[in-house]
Amino acid sequence: MAAEVEETLKRIQSHRGVTGTIVVNSEGIPIKTTLDNSTTVQYASLIHSLTAKARSTVRDIDPSNDLKFLRIRSRKNEIMCAPDKEFLLIVIQQDEQS
Amino acid sequence: MPQKQQPKAKANQSVERKRSKRGEDDLTDTGDAAEPDDWMQTKALVKPEDQLDLTDAELKEEFTRILTANNPHAPQNIVRYSFKERQFKQMSSVDQLAIHFSLDGNLLHKESEEARRQLNRYGKQSQDSEDAPEIKEATSAAAGITAVDEGGDEGAADGEAKEDAGEDGAAPTVPKAKVRSVEKKLTNQFNFSERASQTYNNPYRDRGTVTEPPPRASFASNVTQWEIYDAYQEDFEKQEKTKEKKVVPGRKDEGRTKKKFTMSESTSDDITRIESAAKIVERMINQNTYDDIAQDFKYWEDVSDEYRDQEGTLLPLWKFSFEKAKKLAITSVCWSPMYKDLFAVSCGSYDFMKQGNGLIIFWTLKNPSFPECYFETDSGVMCLDIHPQHPHLIAAGFYDGSVAVFSAVEKKEGPIHRCTAKNGKHTDPVWQVRWQKDDADNNMNFYSISSDGRICLWTILKNEMIFQDVIKLLLPDVSAEGPDGIKVPTTGCGTAFDFHQQKDYLFLVGTEEGKVHICSKSYTSHFIDTIHAHNMAVYKVCWNKFHPKIFITCSADWTVKIWEMHDPMVKHDNNENRKPLFSFDLNNSVGDVAWAPYSSTVFAAVTSDGKAFVYDLNINKYEPLCEQMVAQKKKTKLTHVEFNPTFPIMIVGDDRGCIVSLKLSPNLRKMKAEKKGAPPPDEATKIQREIEKLDKILTMVREQPT
Repeated sequence: MAAEVEETLKRIQSHRGVTGTIVVNSEGIPIKTTLDNSTTVQYASLIHSLTAKARSTVRDIDPSNDLKFLRIRSRKNEIMCAPDKEFLLIVIQQDEQS
Repeated sequence: MPQKQQPKAKANQSVERKRSKRGEDDLTDTGDAAEPDDWMQTKALVKPEDQLDLTDAELKEEFTRILTANNPHAPQNIVRYSFKERQFKQMSSVDQLAIHFSLDGNLLHKESEEARRQLNRYGKQSQDSEDAPEIKEATSAAAGITAVDEGGDEGAADGEAKEDAGEDGAAPTVPKAKVRSVEKKLTNQFNFSERASQTYNNPYRDRGTVTEPPPRASFASNVTQWEIYDAYQEDFEKQEKTKEKKVVPGRKDEGRTKKKFTMSESTSDDITRIESAAKIVERMINQNTYDDIAQDFKYWEDVSDEYRDQEGTLLPLWKFSFEKAKKLAITSVCWSPMYKDLFAVSCGSYDFMKQGNGLIIFWTLKNPSFPECYFETDSGVMCLDIHPQHPHLIAAGFYDGSVAVFSAVEKKEGPIHRCTAKNGKHTDPVWQVRWQKDDADNNMNFYSISSDGRICLWTILKNEMIFQDVIKLLLPDVSAEGPDGIKVPTTGCGTAFDFHQQKDYLFLVGTEEGKVHICSKSYTSHFIDTIHAHNMAVYKVCWNKFHPKIFITCSADWTVKIWEMHDPMVKHDNNENRKPLFSFDLNNSVGDVAWAPYSSTVFAAVTSDGKAFVYDLNINKYEPLCEQMVAQKKKTKLTHVEFNPTFPIMIVGDDRGCIVSLKLSPNLRKMKAEKKGAPPPDEATKIQREIEKLDKILTMVREQPT
C-alpha cells in the first residue's frame, strides 16, 4: 500500500513541469517535500491557510459538502492542492508556455 | 462656691499651704499656679501703640448704660397653631430669660436633709476612730483656705454665705480625712473623674508572597455553520453506536471489531492516507500535460471533412502504454459500463511459441501515463468482460484454459475466483468470456468459449465457482481415428461468440473452421443454424446493436461479412452455401470488428497490417469511409477495436501492448438530419429509425442476387 502511494508520488514528481511535491499534515507542518526548506515552509503555511479557508467556505455554504480539490492557476505555474482528511498534498507544476 | 475662683486667691497663699493642700487634694488641678504671678508683673508696663490719648476731661466724661430685663434676642412675634381655635395665634408671652453660664455645684447645704443624712452615715464612724493631730491640722488648714476664699470674694456673698462657708469648710473636710484614713474603698463624693484609656492598637501589617502564576493561554475562534453540523453529526453517530451496542450485546462481535480495528491501524501507514489525493493530483497533472489532447478530444472537429464528399478521418488522441505490457499483445478491450472514461484491456500473446505471463489493465482517459489499476497473471489473458451491473467485477479467460474473476475494488493481488483442472478448466485457450444476467437464484454467471470445443457456463456461488458444459462443438461428418482404430469424434474449435441483446437464449458461435453456429441455450444438442461463413478462423461475431437479425463476422481470411439470420421456421435449400449480405475484403487478416453504438450502419475493423477501417453502409456500401494507418511502427498488428458508448472515440489495441484512442471525424458519425424545430426523438423511435435505415439498405441487397 505504502509503496503504491510512494510510486504515485514518484510518478507525479517525474512528470513534465512538476517542480515540487509537498505533503502537509493537518497542523500545516510539511512532512514530505521535494523542495528546499524555506520554500517548503512558505508554501506549506500559505497554501494550508488558503485551503482551510476555501474548505470553510464550501462547508459553510452546505455543511454536507466538502472541498475536494483546489487549483490555483497563476501566470507562471499552477498550484494543485488536494486536501484529504488529515493531509494536504500540494503539487506545483510549471506552465508549458513559460 | 465655684472652685474656679481659687487661682485668684492663690496669689496670696504661702508655698507650704499650697503644698499641704496639694497633698490633701490631688484631684484639684493647681499646676498652673505659678503662671499668673509672672503675668501680673509685666501687665502694667505694656501699652498698645495705637492707644488713644485722651484728655482728662474726656476721661472723666460719664456714659450712662441702662440694663433692662428684656432679652434683646428674644423674638417678639412667635406664632403657633392653636388646635383649639384652628388658627395661628401670636404668643404674647416671650421668654426673656437668657442664661450665660450655668454650673451645677457639688456642694450640699449643711442644714439640708441630704447633708444630715450623709453626716449620720459617716459621722459615727469618724467619732469611733482615733483622731490624729495631723488630721486636725489639716482640717484647720482647710478651714482657713475656705475662709480666705470667702474673704477674697467680690462681696457678692452676704453674711449668711460667710457662715455657710465657715461651717461648710469645717464640716465636709472632717469626714473626708476620716474616710481616707479609715476606709480607702469609699468613693470620693466630690472629686471623681472618669478615666478612659485606650488599648494598644495593633498596627496594620500587609504581607504578600508571589506564587507561580497559573498558566495562561489566549484562545479565539469563530463558530461556523459546518462546525456545528459536524458536532451534531458526530453526536448522532455516537448515539447510533450506543443504540447498536444495546441491541446486540454480543461479546464475540466486540472482539472481532477490536481485532479489525487493530488490523486497520497497523496496516494504514501515514503516507497511505493521501492515496486518493495523490491519485487526483496525478490526473490533474496529466490534464495539464496533455492539455492539447484534452482540448482536441472535447472540441476539435476536422474542418476538412466539409470539403470531402464522404470520407472521414481518425484523429489519434491519447496513447496508452504500460512498461510491463510492452511485449504483450492486447487480446481484448472493454469499456466500463459505469465510468465512461474507464476501460479494461487484457494482455497476452497470440503466438503459440511465445507464451508467458499476462496482464489485466484498467486505463482511464484521464490518466494516460499510468494505469488506474492492474493485475498480473501467470498465464496470458486472452479475453475479459466487465460485469454490466457490477463494474468492479471482471471475468477473464486465460491461455492455459482457465477462467477467473477479478475484483477491482478489493485490494487483492490475485483473482477472487479461479478454476482449476479439477473443476472444469478448459483444455485450450479461452477465447471469449461474457457475463450473463443473474440466474434465478440471483447468482452471477458467465459463459466462456474455448478451442477445446466446449462452451461453459460458470456460476459464482458464495465461495466457489461451478461450471456446466452448455454445448460441445462436434464436427458431425468428420471423425478422426484413434490409435486403436476407435473413432474419436473431432471437436470444433470455438473462437468467438456473441449473445443476442433481446433474446437471451440466442447466441452466435464462431469457430476456427470458419463456421458460424446460431445456438440456443435451451437446445444444446443441435444448432439452430450453421453457416459456412469463412475459409479461415472466425475472429469475431457480433450482433447489430439495433437490428435483431443482422450480425457481422470477421476472419483471418481478410474479410468482414454481414449476415442475416434466417427465420428457423422457413426451410432454406442452400443453407450451407448461403451468401452474406455484404462482404468486404480488407487485404489483411481482420483482427476485430465492432458495430458503432450510435448507428446501425457504422462499423469499424482493424487489420494485422496496422490499419483501421470505418464503414457506413448508409453512405457507401462498397468502400470504407476511412482507411487509416494507426500503428506507429510497421509490422505492428492491430488486434482489437471498441467504440466508446458515449464519446465519439474508439480505442484500438495492437500486439505491442499499446492502445491508441481515436476520435471519429464528423463524416464518420453522420446522423440523419433532424427536422428543425422537431423535438429530439426518444430512444424507442431512434432505434426504430436505425432499424428502418438498415432495412432500407438490406432490401436493395437482398434483391440483387436473385
